Amino acid sequence: MKFTGRAWVFGDNVDTDVIIPARYLNTVQPEELALHCMEDIDPEFAKKVKRGDIIVAGRNFGCGSSREHAPLAIKAAGVSCVIAKSFARIFYRNAINIGLSVLECEEAAENIKENDEVEIDLEKGIIKNLTSGREFAAKPYPDFIEEIIRAGGLLNYARRGGEGRV
Amino acid sequence: MKMTISQKIIAYHSGKDYVEPGEFVFADVDLALANDITGPVAISEFKKAGGSEVFDRDKIALIPDHFTPCKDIKSAELCKALREFAREQRITHYYEVGRMGIEHALLPEMGLVLPGDLVIGADSHTCTYGALSAFSTGVGSTDLAFAMMTGKCWLRVPESMKFEYVGKPKPYVTGKDLILYTIGDIGVDGALYKSMEFAGEALKFLSMDERFTMTNMAVEAGAKNGIMEPDEKTLEYARKRGKREFKVLRSDEGAPYVDIRTYDVSKINPQVAKPHSPDNVADVYELTDVKIDQVVIGSCTNGRLEDMRMAAEVLKGRKVHPEVRLIVIPATQEVSLQMVKEGITEVFLEAGAVVSTPTCGPCLGGHMGILAKGERAVATTNRNFVGRMGHPESEVYLSNPAVAAASAVLGRIAHPEEVLRG
Repeated sequence: MKFTGRAWVFGDNVDTDVIIPARYLNTVQPEELALHCMEDIDPEFAKKVKRGDIIVAGRNFGCGSSREHAPLAIKAAGVSCVIAKSFARIFYRNAINIGLSVLECEEAAENIKENDEVEIDLEKGIIKNLTSGREFAAKPYPDFIEEIIRAGGLLNYARRGGEGRV
Repeated sequence: MKMTISQKIIAYHSGKDYVEPGEFVFADVDLALANDITGPVAISEFKKAGGSEVFDRDKIALIPDHFTPCKDIKSAELCKALREFAREQRITHYYEVGRMGIEHALLPEMGLVLPGDLVIGADSHTCTYGALSAFSTGVGSTDLAFAMMTGKCWLRVPESMKFEYVGKPKPYVTGKDLILYTIGDIGVDGALYKSMEFAGEALKFLSMDERFTMTNMAVEAGAKNGIMEPDEKTLEYARKRGKREFKVLRSDEGAPYVDIRTYDVSKINPQVAKPHSPDNVADVYELTDVKIDQVVIGSCTNGRLEDMRMAAEVLKGRKVHPEVRLIVIPATQEVSLQMVKEGITEVFLEAGAVVSTPTCGPCLGGHMGILAKGERAVATTNRNFVGRMGHPESEVYLSNPAVAAASAVLGRIAHPEEVLRG
């Protein structure tokens, strides 16, 4: 899968409380959560972000709470992929489980600026900064994670006969 | 092959003799828990995936604790969804307002988590149970839906880091201070994806309640779990509260650790984490000019009986500063009741504090003490991120219960001795 979008750049340790503040966790509707995505770090983000855009961040993206509402809000806001130097572990598995693309790539995170046009080849793990012309290789997924991604999330994986067989 | 206690528990629950750090396994869970925020998402995923019956109604805990007693109509709807699912599936461990508590205080108290268990929870502070020598870790709602269906969870076996605490802690230096100090040392991603194993002779000075505080905050350093090997205190707690057999496991001599750090606790002062990160720590002495508007004593980190006793000792016969609001939140119904029996509730009320029903409440900016723009709080909770307790321009300082109580009396951040000497 290939997609192209504009980059929104954030720093280190972006926590799930700023991705989706707890005051909005009294709903489970992704569209409603999307309206408040990143609100406490950039109140205008939800209005400005366009379908297909990409979030680029530093270390430990998604730290803090286990709220799946965080990747759900990002996905429903139209973001196609999050690239970060590293991800907090619960956010990472939540994103994989619900089918939000996440790529770990220190070099890309350092060399993509706000508003840069970025092309991502998810299968090959290639990140291309179309604005600067530079290309980066994301850290490959472990085979197991790759299988969940290919299946379209954890529950689809299970339904297709992965371990557990629901 | 040598294994750490975390590896051993994962190996045992995935039917293997040995698991290696970095390996992916499907492990059997002894308990899977969710709350009123994460539970409804898990239930909807469970149903969407065609789930009809949970794998074992005795091994799921659904605890409405975050926005309860329900703060608004929307949260009441979430609790209703949780309750109806619990009834429909005849979930054994569903506890209603009036009988519940904050999940991570309630489940150990009820003896539902025991040494050697593997527990997952759709709440990041599920790592708390490591104080009981269980492998426990936070996951998301989809993981929980999967576990409710299959009794399993996918796990990447973590590398382990060992933290050895030596020496004897000074007065008013608690488990909270040791964990804040540790997070300050390694940073909020210092243990990313790893297991934090707490060890060393100094742990024997810590009550079980203080140990829960330490493992509770392992996630604040990015860890997958926090864990301690069992000792007499652990086993006594487990025997007293548990109603089933449990497995006593320890790390092998020569087990692999990617990092070993040693701290002399006799040199550590009470710690306070400044806004807006739990690793932004300082000695309490450096912050005594910071004026505050509110103090919160409670949460899954510090809402247990020992915490309440510690705070009451400082507050006894004293008054909360006229410009400060002190909100005390016992973590469970049992803690609440014991506080009444021991006269602790009276101490708080006479001091001019408010004592709430058990709830996560203000810790996550839910309800029961939200901060306005520019307001500042000292809290015994676990996170001080931007907007965590309310307005994005409010501030939270994290401390132990004795420091929080002293700060409530003086209206600024204070060491308990300043109050007790005065």
